[in-house]
Amino acid sequence: MAILKGVLGAAVGYALGFALVAAVQLAMGNPVGGAAPVVIGSVLATAGWLLGVGLWRAWAREWFGLEPDRETPTGPGRYFRFTTDHKVIGIQYLVTFVIVFGLAGLLAMVVRWELLTPAADLGGDAYNQVMSLHGILMVAVAVAAVLGGLGNYCVPLMIGARDMAFPRLNALSYWLVPPVAALLLTAPFVGGWDSGWTAYPPLSVVNGGGQVLFVVAIVIFGLSSILGGLNAIATILRMRAPGMTLMRMPIFVWSVLAASIISLLFTQFFAASLILVLLDRVAGTTFFEAAGGGSPLLYQHLFWFYSHPAVYVMILPGFGITLEVLAHFSRKPLFAYKGAVAGFLGIVGLSGIVWAHHMFTSGMAHFMNIPFMALTELISIPTGLVFLSALGTIWRGRLWLRTPMLFALAVLFNFAIGGVTGIYLADVATDLHLQDTYFVVAHFHYTIVGGEIFALMAGIYYWYPKITGRMYREGLGRLHAVWMFLAFQLVFLPLFVAGIHGMNRRINEYVEPLQGYNTFSSVAAFALGAVFLVALGNLAWSWARGPVAEANPWRASTLEWTTSSPPPLHNFERTPEVVGDPYPYGEPGAAHVRPVVVPTIAGGSE
Amino acid sequence: MAATTEHLRHEAESPAERLRTNRLGLWLFIASESFLFAALISARYYLLGTERSEHLNQPLGFLISLVLLTSSLFAYRAETAARFGDQRGFRRATATTIALGLLFMVGVVLEWREGLAFFPPSTLYGSAFFTLVGFHAFHVFTGIVALALLLWAGRDGRFGPENHWPVEGVIKYWHFVDVAWVFIFPTLYLVK
Ligand SMILES: [Cu+2]
Repeated sequence: MAILKGVLGAAVGYALGFALVAAVQLAMGNPVGGAAPVVIGSVLATAGWLLGVGLWRAWAREWFGLEPDRETPTGPGRYFRFTTDHKVIGIQYLVTFVIVFGLAGLLAMVVRWELLTPAADLGGDAYNQVMSLHGILMVAVAVAAVLGGLGNYCVPLMIGARDMAFPRLNALSYWLVPPVAALLLTAPFVGGWDSGWTAYPPLSVVNGGGQVLFVVAIVIFGLSSILGGLNAIATILRMRAPGMTLMRMPIFVWSVLAASIISLLFTQFFAASLILVLLDRVAGTTFFEAAGGGSPLLYQHLFWFYSHPAVYVMILPGFGITLEVLAHFSRKPLFAYKGAVAGFLGIVGLSGIVWAHHMFTSGMAHFMNIPFMALTELISIPTGLVFLSALGTIWRGRLWLRTPMLFALAVLFNFAIGGVTGIYLADVATDLHLQDTYFVVAHFHYTIVGGEIFALMAGIYYWYPKITGRMYREGLGRLHAVWMFLAFQLVFLPLFVAGIHGMNRRINEYVEPLQGYNTFSSVAAFALGAVFLVALGNLAWSWARGPVAEANPWRASTLEWTTSSPPPLHNFERTPEVVGDPYPYGEPGAAHVRPVVVPTIAGGSE
Repeated sequence: MAATTEHLRHEAESPAERLRTNRLGLWLFIASESFLFAALISARYYLLGTERSEHLNQPLGFLISLVLLTSSLFAYRAETAARFGDQRGFRRATATTIALGLLFMVGVVLEWREGLAFFPPSTLYGSAFFTLVGFHAFHVFTGIVALALLLWAGRDGRFGPENHWPVEGVIKYWHFVDVAWVFIFPTLYLVK
């Protein structure tokens, strides 16, 4: 079995790496041990895992002039193998990150439980570790669930391709993820790390041994995300069906393209900044150590040069799903399609020149404050274009309020709050007061959870019949949407106020007068957590027993709905021919694809 | 159960189209890697400005740069030979490229031995120097491994006019690693 071989390969790799470094240490007369053998061991373990799980069988043999195995496995076993079908890989990503999302959600419950009362229940150290793990796992979900999951599954279908441009690279990107999870989940047992997902030095250079595993994990995750981005760009630029010009692509495809450009290029900076942390810890360099002339601020520059654009890796595909769903469920062409595309590209363009708005209080040179404030606020122009497109689309549309549409509308509301509160943080004067308070926490949860995760839910329900071939229960879906929307507001609205009143982030104790906001938020958080049980029950049960879905239950116009649910191995029986805009609703004679598909009645759960 | 599939081979795509897709993929990868070197180079300037150590072995640095740049010439010959099906020329030029790459690595080792004495990693310049050279040398190393694999896989004469992408891809990567050094060398040795 592939996974067993992978685990074996990982064990061999780890032993090899550890022994190698230990031998070098012995030869140089140094004491054996420390972080270096663990680092090299983990890297080689990842390589061993990949080779064992299928990289050798399906690909690496070729590098040695041997014939690789070109078989594509069928049956349920294929979900546990190194396989190249983008639909299988999309599901692998989705299921993996739903599990990670659940784990990180449980950690959020622990955080809110600790903050229920002003007193410390958990202890500072444990709290910091819980908060850090919650942070990085959720960041991983936000980076990879939509792009790796829905992007992988839907983009080739939506552009009429048979698969991604580099199917084996796609499999490699996915199979890099389990080592990341394993390393992050091992970290708490080897000292943990308490520096949050941001891992600022000097703390990250001197803290517990778990930080080392964190660094290795994130560098591997970065590689996965770079290769995934590369693949998505090449797929979108090179694999489109005849007639699918760039301006006829569904808007979700554009958003994946834009986000992939960012992950392809900027992720290197996150990797580089963390590797420098590792070198400071392991190799005795002095990049971030002030005593040796280094500068902790350098880390923040490198880190935010990636991590600000990273929020667009998260939110752009969220925008894409939202606009997609809004157009189909308003039964109107997407309003200002070109404007939305320009908005996406404008966001990509600006994303690389605003990073220091995270550093107004960090001690960087003051002359940088005003330029970075101004540049950051410029982002509201392309973002405004996207919003304009959304509002123009639903304006006087015949809104079909099914589950995906409810989530998409929620995104508009949430992101409006997230966006407007962002202005206060981009503004130097107000940021001096709000920096590192719960106002920041509430703000980014409104953008990432309120924006992207709600959009992820919209996407999951929207493409659920396509992916699973079955229909979920609409009533439970709507319940999920409404419940999650309300609970989400109740969790995070009070936290804005707590932040304004000076409640710091990343603390496990706080002063008495802040208790009202926190207790309220915590109780709401438990309610928010509970809704996912309903959702999971609905989605899991329907996958096994739900009514069989037809090819096009939404009577939607784009290509993925012209093939069966789920689609056959090569996606389309015949290469589709695209003849017009993606959302030809209400335009007599207009069509996206030929032959024009005449939709039958809607799915069984109506 | 397993169904043999053609979809790994992208039979919908002609070989010429596949070649263009592969090339795009490689260029994207190179763009991404450039950002990595940009990050490290900017860290050097951020920490030290244009300050550099007085103890650099300038002749050695110049020499290994020359070796690496010359290797690109032979790499180019290897690619051309493969494209025209000249097996002997391909093998000889590839082997020469590998040899020059190894020579460069030897130079790096010598450079490091001297450097450790004058500016160890615990100094600011040492941090920048060893990290940048180390990252680059790692790329050279991966390039050497890839070239060696080409030589090994191509021993049956499989690379020719119809099948030269593996050669072209590795050689382009090799050129990129050389070009990266063209930026790193002045950053460490020349600016002042
Ligand atoms: Cu930012």
